[in-house]
Amino acid sequence: MPTVIFQLPDGTERKVTAASGTALMQAAVSNGVPGIVAECGGNASCATCHVYVDAAQSGLAGPPNDVEDEMLDFTAAERRPTSRLSCQIHLSDALDGLVVHVPEEQV
Amino acid sequence: MTSMAGVVVVGGGQAAFSVVSTLRASGYAAPVTVFAAEPHLPYQRPPLSKKAHTEPEGLRVELVPESFYRERNIDLRLGDDVVALDTAAATVVTRTGARVPYAHLVLATGARNRPLPVPGAELDGVHALRSLDDALTIGRALTTARDVVVVGGGFIGLELARVALARGARVTVVELADRLLSRAVSRELELPLRERHEHAGVRVLTGTGVRALEGPGRVDRVVTDREVLAADLVVYGIGAIPRDDLAREAGLAVDDGVVVDEQLRSVTDPRISAVGDCARHPHPHAEGLVRLESVQNAIDQGTLVGRRIAGSPASYESLPWFWSDQGDLRLQIAGLRSPADEVRLVPGDSPERLAGYAFRDGLLVAVETLNWPAEHLAARRLLERRTPVLAGDLAGTTLGALARARRAAEVRA
Ligand SMILES: Cc1cc2nc3c(=O)[nH]c(=O)nc-3n(C[C@H](O)[C@H](O)[C@H](O)COP(=O)(O)OP(=O)(O)OC[C@H]3O[C@@H](n4cnc5c(N)ncnc54)[C@H](O)[C@@H]3O)c2cc1C
Ligand code: FES
Repeated sequence: MPTVIFQLPDGTERKVTAASGTALMQAAVSNGVPGIVAECGGNASCATCHVYVDAAQSGLAGPPNDVEDEMLDFTAAERRPTSRLSCQIHLSDALDGLVVHVPEEQV
Repeated sequence: MTSMAGVVVVGGGQAAFSVVSTLRASGYAAPVTVFAAEPHLPYQRPPLSKKAHTEPEGLRVELVPESFYRERNIDLRLGDDVVALDTAAATVVTRTGARVPYAHLVLATGARNRPLPVPGAELDGVHALRSLDDALTIGRALTTARDVVVVGGGFIGLELARVALARGARVTVVELADRLLSRAVSRELELPLRERHEHAGVRVLTGTGVRALEGPGRVDRVVTDREVLAADLVVYGIGAIPRDDLAREAGLAVDDGVVVDEQLRSVTDPRISAVGDCARHPHPHAEGLVRLESVQNAIDQGTLVGRRIAGSPASYESLPWFWSDQGDLRLQIAGLRSPADEVRLVPGDSPERLAGYAFRDGLLVAVETLNWPAEHLAARRLLERRTPVLAGDLAGTTLGALARARRAAEVRA
């Protein structure tokens, strides 16, 4: 089971382990990681599950899909080159050790 | 004594979860108890009408696992409903006879379906959808159903119609009003939406009342004002009624929902709050009081009340937003439209995309989109900040383009 690390805006981090296939958003919500609101429950409708993939690992998670890419222009916190919607990232062994940063605001 | 009593939440849905998770995240340390009538962990309802029937086995709808509550010392009492409030003694009474005191009480009881007021509504094969158990029952019925009649052309009805169609049934939607989604969506957007449903294969009968459901124990036909429809499954969704009876019986102000102030406190008793589908509240985007039935409203109201109890009071002013997935149609609404608003339809950059901009006195107040989440988000960003968008600002352009241009200007300034 892959382990991922959420870096929170207050400087603390949360390590979360979840089964392959789980959406990164779901892994965060199930473990009570603050700052991932996920209003739409993972439907690519709300953009309140925005994260920044760690710059050193941007290749690991791959690029956003088309709809996600457009939506990322309107996240509450600024878009960066490493921005993703965490409900669109699905965990796999290849993502073991992924580090993502949770933005200051989601809504 | 009262500080020991802590917070009691009645209801185990989206809003209740939002209250208790916020309380703990905000450092609230006193006891937190949730009484939830259903036997299930608090779960999300939107997938019930969109996915439950296509993936009945794999359906995972709970918001968080049981460990979440345990780790945060949240006392979650599933399957035990509150049957009375004793506001003088600041105590709730549960079905099992327990009397539990509260320092603060939060009502998050949600809504129930409006019953179908026609003969035959109690026949086998007739269902309404509100709970996980309902969804599983309908999902099973859809494995064999050939002729499905959906009574009510609202969100849940249309979502179910497309699910049933995808499961291979013949589907007819019967709606009493002269159009679909009459309360929620503008007439302008309803037309293309209806066309798309009909094109996909849903038969839509508007301006048609249901007189009776008939069959030998099990429904086999629906008698309408116009014709008799064959049916082996009838699903109805004709609106919801807030569950405000506890509040009414306890003498709190109730008017189609528990009446609360801008901080979501009962106007009768400030030790009681109401959140989510059961609350009627003031809102800066509305004239008079409103009651909203949406995930956004349940989450944001729960967050506001959780923070207030933990020591950070605020007024409720979140921008209302809503989504509904009806087959391949993703409908999203940002803001509150009223029937008198003027709506301008704007085509998107691909044929399946469409937006409706609603203007009041020349100012943008709400945006409806079809299959265009980015435009919906742009609308939310602009409406949330309450920077005026004039009808003229949108001549020949989209909100997305406008939002990008405004952001670029801000960066330059
Ligand atoms: C099928 C369906 C699809 C939906 N789809 C969407 C959508 O796509 N987008 C959207 O924004 N919204 C959608 N909604 C609306 C959204 O789910 C609700 O607005 C939201 O769940 C409201 O949250 P709530 O906590 O107020 O009420 P609920 O989630 O309904 O929870 C209330 C809970 O309180 C319990 N309860 C009631 N009385 C008592 C008592 N006396 N004691 C103990 N427990 C009690 C009930 O059993 C219930 O579980 C949908 C709703 C349904 C039914
Ligand atoms: S959870 Fe809504 S877009 Fe990801």
